[in-house]
Amino acid sequence: MNKKSLGQRLLRAPYILWSALFIIVPLFIMGYYALTDAAGNFSFSNFSDLSRYKNAFLISLLYAFISTVITLIIAYPLAYFMTKCKPGTQRMMMILTMLPMWTNFLIRTYSWITILSNTGIINTLLGKIGLGPLHLINRPGTVILGMVYDFLPYMVLPIFNVMSKIDVSLTEAAEDLGANRFRVLRKVILPLSMPGVVSGITMVFVPSVSTFYISQKLGGNKTMLIGDVIEYLFNLGPDYYNVASAISLVLMAIILVSLFIMNRFSDDEGGGVVL
Amino acid sequence: MNNNIIELKNITMSFEGEKVLDGINLDIRDKEFITLLGPSGCGKTTTLRIIAGFLEPDNGEIIFSGEKINSVPAHKRQVNTIFQRYALFPHLNVFENVAFGLRLKKLPEDEIKEKVTEMMALVNLSGMEKRKIHNLSGGQQQRVAIARAIANNPRVLLLDEPLAALDLKLRKDMQNELKKIQQQLGITFIFVTHDQEEALSMSDRVVVMDNGKIQQIGTPQDIYNEPQNAFVADFIGESNILDGIMRKDFLAEFSGQTFNCLDSGFNKDEKVDVVVRPEDVDIVPVDKGMLTGIVTSVTFLGVYYEIIVDIGGFKWMIQTTDEHKVDEHVGLFIEPDAIHIMKKSEYSGKYGDYSTYSDEMEHLSDLEEDEE
Repeated sequence: MNKKSLGQRLLRAPYILWSALFIIVPLFIMGYYALTDAAGNFSFSNFSDLSRYKNAFLISLLYAFISTVITLIIAYPLAYFMTKCKPGTQRMMMILTMLPMWTNFLIRTYSWITILSNTGIINTLLGKIGLGPLHLINRPGTVILGMVYDFLPYMVLPIFNVMSKIDVSLTEAAEDLGANRFRVLRKVILPLSMPGVVSGITMVFVPSVSTFYISQKLGGNKTMLIGDVIEYLFNLGPDYYNVASAISLVLMAIILVSLFIMNRFSDDEGGGVVL
Repeated sequence: MNNNIIELKNITMSFEGEKVLDGINLDIRDKEFITLLGPSGCGKTTTLRIIAGFLEPDNGEIIFSGEKINSVPAHKRQVNTIFQRYALFPHLNVFENVAFGLRLKKLPEDEIKEKVTEMMALVNLSGMEKRKIHNLSGGQQQRVAIARAIANNPRVLLLDEPLAALDLKLRKDMQNELKKIQQQLGITFIFVTHDQEEALSMSDRVVVMDNGKIQQIGTPQDIYNEPQNAFVADFIGESNILDGIMRKDFLAEFSGQTFNCLDSGFNKDEKVDVVVRPEDVDIVPVDKGMLTGIVTSVTFLGVYYEIIVDIGGFKWMIQTTDEHKVDEHVGLFIEPDAIHIMKKSEYSGKYGDYSTYSDEMEHLSDLEEDEE
């Protein structure tokens, strides 16, 4: 199948052009900046500097890990519940899950400020019933809340997709052989929905670990995530492009390694993520 | 205690306002091979799913060895199912599929191993324990499904069109094998199929269903020789079904002639349906015939010819080993024991003669039924 017809080549052309222009070339540009100094000479100095950002890396990984776990804990039962609903209800719940995604990311984050800030909706209500203002915003937990809220649909959708395609006769067969509902879930649904779980984890973990802005708005700049560091450095001007590119490159490497490890774990289940 | 393992009492069931089961009464004896036979949509699979516990009927009782089990969930019933598409667990290998029910019972590992090995031998799959499900052929998957179901020691095995997906040759082999397994295990098999040949060749008793109702229950011979109504006569094998009148006991009139027959117990001059099987009619010279007509079609089918004869506008089907020519004038001779009289039913008149019959249609329906 090496020889492709002209038609096939023409069909592939736009995609190849797209990936070249917007994926490969930018990667090279990033690589170039990461491996040169401000004067344009080849150098590894950008990487030797990175230990300064060790904490940001670790916190980003930790936050991403925590929010991925929380999203999974919320999304899995939700997806399972959705598969048990009638098609109409399913569609409705799907729309409700997707709805936040139709709103701009910044606006969604800002609305959390309105809800959680010291003079926000919750504290106003609490004040009315005599419970003093609670300090809700600018805490680590709030950042994770923002991440979970923003990325939840990316966990629900792939899990629901895979789960709803599991043949009903398989659950019936398991019941028939003596499995109660819980055991059907554990011995049949769970292993067969692993591919959805794996892609859900990927789709939440990757954007979580590199996210920025959420931590600035909901964390009050107390916690700098690695995404915020990169943004901050780029905003400082061209002199900092090199080190920012180096951080991005290392972040990419970390993400690739995490996905690779996860793929190794999920291989047994027949799942897998396209890297 | 009677000998019934399962009794269905007046079961009704509707899906979204549409009645799919309408007053099903059925006693299933212990250790018998019973087949629910009918066209698609007749309610046979629904009946099976009610016995399995996947559906709860709107009304009526399901009795399992003397106890009402309407609300007992599927996983607590002593029945196991073989599903139409096998429903094997794709994430488990052959061994783990067969061991699934045993593991749920938390049996010790060596007992599980012993039982699985025994089951694998029973279905001729020894040595394939480590195989993945998707590397098995259809016939092998079928065997794994059987092994998995009977590993649980069910008292009743439910089989939902288990052979429908296999090719003809394999299907014949599996029919014999299933029958053998049933006798070996000495348990009740409830088999669902739309294939009348399969039903006749495997079953101790056949339950013919249509329209959510049981049309007839009986041995394969009963069902074939003494169909209760036009539906059963038409669905099982080929039949010439004619309008007739019972002049008196043992004397029936149809096609403008009177015939001696072996049926009695009808009112004088009662309108009836008359069934004559195509293989029970002899073609004789015109002057010796009880009826006379013209041959309109001859089809050679190997063992016999299928001949359509037009008698006063009604097209008879006759199966004979003698060759005849189209447009030939022939006489028909019918022995008294070849005539079967049925009471009029809602199906009377629904099944006409063989006037729409042609080689082409026969060929098509063969394709459909046998997947040849």
